[in-house]
Amino acid sequence: MDVYLPIANLSVNGLWIVALGGLTGILSGLFGVGGGFLTTPLLIFYGVPPTVAAASASTQVTGASVTGVIAHGNRGGVDYRMGAVLVAGGVFGAGIGALLFRFFRSIGQIDVVISGLYVVLLGTIGLLMARESIQVLRGTGAAKQAARRRHHPLVASLPMRWRFYGSGLYISPLAPFIVGIAVGTLTMLMGVGGGFILVPAMLYILGMSANVVVGTSLFNILFVTISTTMMHSLTTKSVDIVLVVLLLLGSVTGAQIGSQLAVKVKPDALRLVLAAIVLVIAFRMFLGLFYQPEEIYTISPL
Amino acid sequence: MKHLWLILFAVLLMGQRDPILVPDVSQHEVQVRQGFTGTELLLFGAILDPRGQRAGQDYDIIVVLKGPSQPIRLREKERFAGVWMNADSTDFRSAPAFFAVAASRPIGEIVDEKTAAIYEFGTSYIQLSPSGVIDTEEQQRFAAGLVDLRERQDLYKEDPQGVQIRENVLYQARISLPSSVTTGTYTAETFAVSRGRVIASALAEVEVRKVGFDRFITDSSQNYALAYGLIAVMLSVGMGWAAGRFFAMI
Repeated sequence: MDVYLPIANLSVNGLWIVALGGLTGILSGLFGVGGGFLTTPLLIFYGVPPTVAAASASTQVTGASVTGVIAHGNRGGVDYRMGAVLVAGGVFGAGIGALLFRFFRSIGQIDVVISGLYVVLLGTIGLLMARESIQVLRGTGAAKQAARRRHHPLVASLPMRWRFYGSGLYISPLAPFIVGIAVGTLTMLMGVGGGFILVPAMLYILGMSANVVVGTSLFNILFVTISTTMMHSLTTKSVDIVLVVLLLLGSVTGAQIGSQLAVKVKPDALRLVLAAIVLVIAFRMFLGLFYQPEEIYTISPL
Repeated sequence: MKHLWLILFAVLLMGQRDPILVPDVSQHEVQVRQGFTGTELLLFGAILDPRGQRAGQDYDIIVVLKGPSQPIRLREKERFAGVWMNADSTDFRSAPAFFAVAASRPIGEIVDEKTAAIYEFGTSYIQLSPSGVIDTEEQQRFAAGLVDLRERQDLYKEDPQGVQIRENVLYQARISLPSSVTTGTYTAETFAVSRGRVIASALAEVEVRKVGFDRFITDSSQNYALAYGLIAVMLSVGMGWAAGRFFAMI
């Protein structure tokens, strides 16, 4: 089924794109991540221009996270106050990200910056997740898990404390605001929802209670990807609505299948699988930095 | 046909000896719409001898189809501490978005290098108007890189056997446009060459444009960016929400 993408200026096989959306949807349903970290590189690999891929992937993540937010919100799994602070930081960060994006593009280094970020972030998080899930599966990490989580000492030193009931925290709103900025910047640069960065940051830096982490993360992703979509529409003008619809057809369906699968599988085995996927992508991108690229020359309009 | 005879008549009156070319294109407008996977243009026409008889001598025909020119910046990757990243760059003020040459015989057998360069008979002779870098050798390296890249994208091409000539009168060439073509005005120039000399040339235009839904999408994204973004957001939120409701029911 040939579909012409008007913004990407390209004809693609529509079924492939739907299948790609479905794959990321299953992942997002299974693991509570947006799946943008998979969509963007695969779209680029398929021949979609990188900017269009990043912009459209972030719009897709919006749709994929809506269902999750509703489900988590109904059972009280979203700390709206914390979410609002994170979103405020995220929108601010998306603005910074847009400026950085433009700067790196003007000096021609945006590809290297994106690949480098992918390698460093996915590599670190993949390793952390793999280590933790292996420990849990072996039963050695159980004692550590039982210990009460506390936020990072730096967070405690920030002034002006607020009460976050859902998260069970009494900390300065500056801490989640800064986390929000960082995630928003990365979202804009990498075309990802930022869930795979936000969830560990919430657990290990802010010390939020685990039952609101996934819901609040999805809440943040929802609004940050909305602002990223707007930012891309207004600046790079590279959101391809046809591509978005195709991706969404797959991902909203996949998300449902994924969330039903998630109930049946052991969570730590799941996390090990996710860690493996993340590490494979990071490793592939790492090699890509050092291998001679297929194209030595790249064209950009003046 | 009426035009043809008129031209023929005019030429007869002038007593000119050079033949004339009457070119045409199978379609003067290429519509890029949903399901567009590229298209094939048929460039055809006739060579007429002014003496009213069939062209007595052998002609060679060269067809050059050029897309709209764009100013571009070409970047070259180099290795820094093991990492491949963009290093040098150069600007071309007039890189055609599409360039295809078809000829009835290999170009080298038809004309000499100098003539080929003047008329852009070949991807290596495209006039790119480089700016910035002055070093000729570097310019050539960049130009070769651009041509190589676009050749593999099927946007620049040479077909030395692409033109068929029948009875020294009718000629035809087929040139395919990939789905990634840029919209704009394309010019198809036809040259009749005899004994290494271009003796006649003629021009035809092809308009490539987006129509219908795809044109609407492209225009809206450019002119109504805010509304376009909001619609994209509403669409994805709506689809996510609808899917949640749908799967909750079953």
